[in-house]
Amino acid sequence: MWKWFHQLASPPHFYRIAPVFSTWLLLPGLALIAYGAYAGLFLAPADYQQGDAFRIIYVHVPAAYLSMMAYMIMAVAGGIGLIWRMKLAHSVAASAAPLGAWFTFLALATGSIWGRPMWGTWWEWADPRMMSELILLFFYFGYMALRSAIDDTAKADKASAVLALVGVVNVIIVHYSVQWWSSLHQGRTIMAEGGPAMDPAMLRPLLAMIFGFTLVFGSLLLRRTRTEVLHRERRTRWVRDLILAPEGNS
Amino acid sequence: MEGVAMGGYAPYVWTCFGLTLLVLIINEWRIRVRHTSVYRDIEVRIKALEGHE
Repeated sequence: MWKWFHQLASPPHFYRIAPVFSTWLLLPGLALIAYGAYAGLFLAPADYQQGDAFRIIYVHVPAAYLSMMAYMIMAVAGGIGLIWRMKLAHSVAASAAPLGAWFTFLALATGSIWGRPMWGTWWEWADPRMMSELILLFFYFGYMALRSAIDDTAKADKASAVLALVGVVNVIIVHYSVQWWSSLHQGRTIMAEGGPAMDPAMLRPLLAMIFGFTLVFGSLLLRRTRTEVLHRERRTRWVRDLILAPEGNS
Repeated sequence: MEGVAMGGYAPYVWTCFGLTLLVLIINEWRIRVRHTSVYRDIEVRIKALEGHE
């Protein structure tokens, strides 16, 4: 098992196998999203209070979930890179940041669009869930700005990993904000006490979308990390051999 | 057509789904462009070095 992990963490090995794993994640991920979107838009019954506007949940919830998951991947990978000095871990952390920022933006945008017809406002500055999610977006921006501000890659890796670890506090606040404080945002639905507070016909497409988005995110992350590895290893022997290989393996 | 109208919430619902699709497409496109760019840069540099040797 450890041997497999060590092999996986080797940059040339990762570079070779990433496209294979990426395809395995992407195809079922897209299939689940296609099913989830169709079932969520056309088969699930309308909500008795929110009507058809509730269907925004099928993109908002996966985006919000991935905004937090990407951050945790970034922080854990940064921590592993700091402690065990694993080169691949810093590549994963650096690659998760822009993806996480995109999904955080998507969660904020779809939440805001949903809020307009339901709450009568695009944005509520006093709402803890909205504000902590916005702060999460700023953490992503800060992380990427810090990385690009430091020319030395090793120093950038260390400094950005520390920032990522500090920001975990905010992810915890995002997650628990609807329980700790009064919020416009609805409480927990899928993980509610006593089981999901949703009709199974509504829940199935939502689970398909969450799982599908997670797989697509995994595929995107693998390929982003692969490019990051190539860039970092550009002066190594294996990259030279790769480029000069007669069959040309991009 | 009734399904597409989303009970009067069509602008909100379709904007959210469209935005999501756009974000996925942008990310896919950016990854491909970035990889090609990094690969080509390295290829040019290495082939230039090989030419000197």
